Amino acid sequence: MENANATNAKPEIAVSLRDVNKWYGEFHVLKNVNLDVERGQRIVICGPSGSGKSTMIRCINRLEEHQAGQIIVDGIELNNDLKNIDQIRREVGMVFQHFNLFPHLTVLENCCLAPMWVRKIPRKQAEATAMEYLERVKIPHQAKKYPGQLSGGQQQRVAIARSLCMKPRIMLFDEPTSALDPEMIKEVLDTMIELAESGMTMLCVTHEMGFAKTVADSVIFMDAGQIIEMNTPDEFFNHPQHERSKLFLSQILGH
Amino acid sequence: MTDPNLSATPQTLSTVPSKPSFWNDPQKRALVFQVLLVIGIGILLWFIFSNTLHNLEKRGIRTGFDFLSRPAGFGISQTLIPYTEASTFGRTFFVGLLNTLLVAGLGIIFATILGFAVGIARLSTNWLISRIALVFIETIRNIPPLLQILFWYRAILPLLPGPKDSMSLAELFYLHKRGLTIPAPLTEPAFVWTLWAVLGALVLAFLIARWAKYRRESTGQQFPVFWTVLVVIIGLPTLVFFLTGSPLNWDIPALRGFNFQGGLTVIPELTALLLALSIYTAAFIAEIVRSGIQSVYKGQTEAASALGLRPNRTLQLVVIPQAMRVIIPQLTSQYLNLTKNTSLGVAIGYPDLVNVFAGTTLNQTGQAVEIIFMTMLVYLVISLVISMFMNWYNKRMALVER
Ligand SMILES: Nc1ncnc2c1ncn2[C@@H]1O[C@H](COP(=O)(O)OP(=O)(O)O)[C@@H](O)[C@H]1O
Ligand SMILES: [Mg+2]
Repeated sequence: MENANATNAKPEIAVSLRDVNKWYGEFHVLKNVNLDVERGQRIVICGPSGSGKSTMIRCINRLEEHQAGQIIVDGIELNNDLKNIDQIRREVGMVFQHFNLFPHLTVLENCCLAPMWVRKIPRKQAEATAMEYLERVKIPHQAKKYPGQLSGGQQQRVAIARSLCMKPRIMLFDEPTSALDPEMIKEVLDTMIELAESGMTMLCVTHEMGFAKTVADSVIFMDAGQIIEMNTPDEFFNHPQHERSKLFLSQILGH
Repeated sequence: MTDPNLSATPQTLSTVPSKPSFWNDPQKRALVFQVLLVIGIGILLWFIFSNTLHNLEKRGIRTGFDFLSRPAGFGISQTLIPYTEASTFGRTFFVGLLNTLLVAGLGIIFATILGFAVGIARLSTNWLISRIALVFIETIRNIPPLLQILFWYRAILPLLPGPKDSMSLAELFYLHKRGLTIPAPLTEPAFVWTLWAVLGALVLAFLIARWAKYRRESTGQQFPVFWTVLVVIIGLPTLVFFLTGSPLNWDIPALRGFNFQGGLTVIPELTALLLALSIYTAAFIAEIVRSGIQSVYKGQTEAASALGLRPNRTLQLVVIPQAMRVIIPQLTSQYLNLTKNTSLGVAIGYPDLVNVFAGTTLNQTGQAVEIIFMTMLVYLVISLVISMFMNWYNKRMALVER
């Protein structure tokens, strides 16, 4: 894993959102969002469904386009310049709720596709790297299988490995465990914790409070397209500042 | 536990459950019914067959396939193999078959190219392009194919001028009511080297593509495969052609009186039938391609984009391979439809199998049973061959599921 602190040339701010606004037609989905993520920071984003969490992190790698404000990733501003978008997507990995593995390719081919076609790495080398990461997510022996032959937890770990094969500097997670059966959540969280410990810059949309408490540097609470509260996990869970945060916490903690 | 009966019970439970009786075993039951069905159909066919033969004999109608070696005595307007009025009915059969295969083969190629283009245009983000594609699809799909054939043959082609006032291109190509007249190639024996060169160039192109893939995978470097292959395929035969002293002459068509002499004339029946069937089938293929591409879950494109793949690569590597699973089975049935629809050429006198064999030959020999049987068999075989090929292709594309 690339240790973020070792590279001094890059700016210390990995992701920066300045007054970001986005609309779906009339619907104002992101309202003046401001956020700075430092290199190596782990941020957990939570909030009620429909509050704009997915939209916000999808703007960071241009799966969604923001209409006002500035997004700077790794020192590069996201605008309509395709070169910038390409460059940012190479540096930013993303893990989806529904894994989105390519069902017509084997696990190994899933992991090698982008390194070979985007980074133009020879197949042998791409496969060696892929096996390394599959080893780290603890499924090297499934490399020749197709995604459809794996359990949900295994698929999500492959999806994480697939992203890591591009050697990203920043990883985005959009509710990576919410489509999983309870017994598989732990294996995926363990993989993510390991990744966090290796120094990766991470933005995770998740409601897994245990994960947030273990690895997060700060927790962001979003509601109705706004960042309502940003705090350390301890502060956020024990002393939420806002009414809406309190309500939300009481709901997800099941009290 | 000392009771022998009790201790015996677990043992009987752990053994394989007792076999069902013959009649209760679903597999055996199914087998028996199938055997009975085959026997029943066999008896029925034999009954029909022997009865027909008996009736035909009683009425003094000839039976058997002797007629195939008798001279046909009629001409055919388009023959891909040498054929005269003195040729046999057997040869008539092959002339008709080749004419059918010509329309089916060319039609499938044109319909596929046009269909994929329109289908992708239908998904274009450009409003006008996608609207035009939509109107094309909806109009063409909803007009009966026979009417479309008549449209081209009766309404459009007659608008063309007569041979005397042909639209001509460089005095070489002439488009007129009676077809498209083009220079006919006259080959000298040495031309065979050029043909070998074409074959050689194809093999070379294949090897280059293989090597480029190998190199891309082993070093990551891209190679301009398309352009190299293009140069090889065009360049090598051209070079050989001139080195062997240009062993090809052209029979240039020339107007003599009211008609052309020399050259090669593509008959209007072929043009009309090909246009109508290609366009008609393309509309269906476009719709199949559209729904196939749309059936690929949006998350697939998003995952590919997030990994940094460009849209065209995403289409090539992620979307199309998955869409093909949905497209191929439906494409097969369109190919079969097109092949069967070639028999509509009868309406405008295109000399296909149904026309020259199940039509003229049948009228002249009166041997309807044999002729219809042979003709039906031909369509059945063509359809089976297409289906088998497409099934084989589909298997290669199938997804492995748990
Ligand atoms: N493509 C879209 N078109 C219109 N509305 C959308 C679209 N995507 C999301 N939305 C709306 O935007 C809001 C925020 O969505 P999202 O970011 O997915 O929320 P979250 O991830 O926090 O649940 C929701 O109300 C959702 O209905
Ligand atoms: Mg969401």
